[in-house]
Amino acid sequence: MDMKHKAAAAFANQPQPYNPPVPFSLDPVEAVRVNLSAAERRTSALAGRRTVKKQWQAAWLVRALQCIDLTTLNGDDTAGRVRRLCAKARQPLRSDLQEALGLGDRTITTGAICVYHRFVATAVEALQGSGIPVAAVSTGFPAGLSPLETRLKEIEASVADGAEEIDIVITREHVLTGNWQALYDEVRACKEACGPAHMKTILATGDLQTLRNVARASWVAMMAGSDFIKTSTGKEGTNATLPVTLVMIRAIRDYREMTGHVVGYKPAGGISTAKDALAYLALMKEELGNDWLQPNLFRFGASSLLADIERQLEHYVTGRYAAFSHHAMA
Amino acid sequence: MSIAEILDTMEYGPAPESDKEALAWIAGLGDETKLFIGGQWKKAKSGESFETTSPASGKVLTRLAQAGTADVDAAVKAASKAQPGWAALSGHQRARYLYALARLIQRHSRLFAVVESLDNGKPIRETRDIDIPLVARHFYHHAGWAQLMDSELAEREPLGVCGQIIPWNFPLLMLSWKIAPAIALGNTVVLKPAEYTSLTALLFAEMCQKAGLPEGVVNIVTGDGATGEAIVNHPGIAKVAFTGSTEVGRHIREATAGSGKSLTLELGGKSPFIVFDDADMDAAVEGVVDAIWFNQGQVCCAGSRLLVQESVEQRFVAKLIARMETLRVGDPLDKAIDIGAIVHPVQLKRIRELVEIGVKEGAELHQPKAAMPSKGCFYPPTLLTGVHPASTVSRVEIFGPVLVATTFRTPAEAVELANNTEYGLAASIWSETLSLALDIAPKLKCGVVWVNGTNMFDAGVGFGGYKESGFGREGGREGLAAYSKPKWLARAKPIAEKPAPQTGGDAVSTAFIDRTAKLYIGGKQARPDGGYSRPVLSPSGALVGEVGEGNRKDIRNAVEAARKATGWAAATEHNRAQILYYVAENLEARAGEFADRIAAMTGRRKPEAAKEVAASVSRLFSYGAWADKFEGAVHKPPLRGVALAMNEPLGTVGIVCPDAWGLLGFVSTVAPAIAMGNRVVVVPSSSQALAATDFYQVLDTSDVPAGVVNIVTGDRDALALDIARHDEVDAVWYFGNQAAAAGVEKASGGNLKQVWTETVQRDWLSAQGEGREFLARATQVKNIWVPYGE
Repeated sequence: MDMKHKAAAAFANQPQPYNPPVPFSLDPVEAVRVNLSAAERRTSALAGRRTVKKQWQAAWLVRALQCIDLTTLNGDDTAGRVRRLCAKARQPLRSDLQEALGLGDRTITTGAICVYHRFVATAVEALQGSGIPVAAVSTGFPAGLSPLETRLKEIEASVADGAEEIDIVITREHVLTGNWQALYDEVRACKEACGPAHMKTILATGDLQTLRNVARASWVAMMAGSDFIKTSTGKEGTNATLPVTLVMIRAIRDYREMTGHVVGYKPAGGISTAKDALAYLALMKEELGNDWLQPNLFRFGASSLLADIERQLEHYVTGRYAAFSHHAMA
Repeated sequence: MSIAEILDTMEYGPAPESDKEALAWIAGLGDETKLFIGGQWKKAKSGESFETTSPASGKVLTRLAQAGTADVDAAVKAASKAQPGWAALSGHQRARYLYALARLIQRHSRLFAVVESLDNGKPIRETRDIDIPLVARHFYHHAGWAQLMDSELAEREPLGVCGQIIPWNFPLLMLSWKIAPAIALGNTVVLKPAEYTSLTALLFAEMCQKAGLPEGVVNIVTGDGATGEAIVNHPGIAKVAFTGSTEVGRHIREATAGSGKSLTLELGGKSPFIVFDDADMDAAVEGVVDAIWFNQGQVCCAGSRLLVQESVEQRFVAKLIARMETLRVGDPLDKAIDIGAIVHPVQLKRIRELVEIGVKEGAELHQPKAAMPSKGCFYPPTLLTGVHPASTVSRVEIFGPVLVATTFRTPAEAVELANNTEYGLAASIWSETLSLALDIAPKLKCGVVWVNGTNMFDAGVGFGGYKESGFGREGGREGLAAYSKPKWLARAKPIAEKPAPQTGGDAVSTAFIDRTAKLYIGGKQARPDGGYSRPVLSPSGALVGEVGEGNRKDIRNAVEAARKATGWAAATEHNRAQILYYVAENLEARAGEFADRIAAMTGRRKPEAAKEVAASVSRLFSYGAWADKFEGAVHKPPLRGVALAMNEPLGTVGIVCPDAWGLLGFVSTVAPAIAMGNRVVVVPSSSQALAATDFYQVLDTSDVPAGVVNIVTGDRDALALDIARHDEVDAVWYFGNQAAAAGVEKASGGNLKQVWTETVQRDWLSAQGEGREFLARATQVKNIWVPYGE
């Protein structure tokens, strides 16, 4: 199967976007205007403006689950741990629940598995035939400060091992010093190293601190060919937030308006409850529309979110509050 | 709909808030509601009632009692009876009651929210997240003012019984804005909720009972305009507070003229929403949603006129049109609805008609394609582009979810367009350049400015309008003035105007060279338009001199000169202070001459007259001192940011000086007005007019810019009326007799200028004759909200 389309097995009509790089331009970077208070108002008001109940909530939670990049990025990861994670990705929902939700005839999997390069091959093997792509964090994750040459080699190695998605990290220094050309060059080099693999660019928004920085970095990352822009490694002091999300997805919208190119979005870190997930989905729907409620354009980078979603779905089906031990661990 | 289907469409689905408890509570009111008078529920003596419906469904909720004249009278009597005891409680004791009300509202917040949404049609999201929390906050904040009244307002006391009439757009919130400050300061109230939306007021009355509020402190009478009229006209009412249309406000202004009732009006608006090319465009689009699609646009301060910089118009409007598509219109009790029902079919009809006029006049209509509810009282979010200042929809308050858009080229043009309206309630400025936003904010003629925000409210931040959007502030320290008065007023005697002495027809004394006193307009001496003079006589009837007999054309010329002296308001406080000191210096240089004049006009002995001159010099020093010290406040509302309460001049103030103190009365009223940056048209004492005409020579030598002080001598009461009738005058102060004061108040309705009439004797020589009271009268508070953060 063509690599680019394999990931979309469960969403046959939704091809993975490919964002071809465009030449660097400082204009959109300098045109960025972001008002923090207004962004906060928008996201906090939305929590009161939108909600889903009953079967709508259940369906939205299933969709959230389908958008999860089930992730393990720990120093003590082992092949065994990664295989367990892959098994969970294939069957994220207990089959009796899936049946009770009326989804027995559908294949429900998570969006991807996300691991370090060392475990790419293990994951690819464990997921064979499932259509679930393997994402590798790369380029000296999480700080991204190893030599560029090494970082590019790392990408190539992961792609060679079968990773279909590469989550790169940027050099935060380029943002903090306003060296946008350097940031562009770096991301563009990574894009080329990715070849056919899908590139998600982690901005490490917690390190960038200001929404203005986040918006500018988003623009540069998109111009350099990022297929997704992603908030965090999960290792910064602050992970994904709704205001950061708002700014990044508005940049995606403006970028599409300017270039016609479609870019996906991945918030990562700190999203651990079903309620959080619903808030993100509502924000995506409001600001970007239904296309961004599909795993080809939207992913959650999360490790513990799945467990909460399963429990909420069990509550929907049974009316009882669920025990963690009733659901398979990853 | 199955989960599988929803997975394919990713729709929101319904999210209904239960109306069970609310309907049960309404059912408990019986077939016909009662009036809350003297702490008891009373059947209306009128025997009349009317239906109240839920606009979303059209269903009848209940029948409301129509309070008649006898019912209003009973309510006023109950309030009058309760008032002395309520005012006699310590601030702390009153604070405990307000605190209890705040807590009760919080404990019953969901019931309040659902009843409000049912009754008014606004989304439950708004009543739950905005209205009710603000109501509770208002009572908490004013519990604090009750507590602090004894120390912070030691020289002030309550007004008495306040008649309060509130609108239907924020029923409970407006109730709290009216009742909380009134009762905090020891007043009692008779409140009439709007006829479309009375239910939460009745629920609030139940809370008053639960709080054990003394009987008669709060009285709620339901009814239509006739009930309101009965309150306004009731002689037992000391103060009328009204929020509603400018048309009704004007009527109330006229109806209360001469009654001695104090009055605050919070009226209509056509507030500008200004988007500069350096704004965060998406944030501004969302701002528009909060400005005009909040509460279906039925908001007096709604940002209903979009002024967008021409260079970004296309982009901004495209974003706005896209955003309109995601607004959800429907059942207000659905938790995921942005726009609920229009309050009443009458209002819906008005909105439709005005939009039709807009389109007929050439505007382009934009409405989203999304489906509208098939029944009920709904109107889609609407944008009219290509609208010009001359278009009807640019000028008329639509009070619906309709935004009209115009472009501007430069910041100066934005200000000009923004101010090109009879209203002056609020404005919203969107720019990421703080120096631009803070330059524009003071130039807008309105009471509230939001920078990169809109429709923000807080109990600690005053709210109220400039121009024909009304006067008085609600909230904050500035709002307390509307519910209290100086203690000395109660003991003051009415001004007794002496009959003019009979002229003896004597010749002008030859002790001085004959001097022709003229009018003083635009920095020049001017002969009176009519060409007549009037005598100034000593008490014995001797001719002291002659002054010009000014008429309405002279007033017109004086107002024109004042209007042009715009530089004065922009002068620095230090500069204004310097000039006031200089005036004092030059007055003192001619102290002897002034004392002689005063002695001649009043028959007082010269040492007495010299005291008046010395007091005038001191007073000028006082206002020189105050010029750079009567500063605003920095409010800290609950957000990351500040609200800057700025004391701004009123503009052109007409001052009709007290008759008994020719020089001191002139100085005591003119000096605070100009110290604060106003330009004045002064009608001095008639009997001692020469003190003022001598004074213009002092002004001439003291660098007072032309047009800042204009003096028209003549018949005070006639000229007072000419000033009150001039719609370019922003405020009028009249010190004198009751009949003329009534005439001034009545005539002021034309442009709803601020009126200060005083018909009692003030001790001008004492501290009563100067200070903060005058400065507060000479200014209006503008609150500039500046949320910040990076």
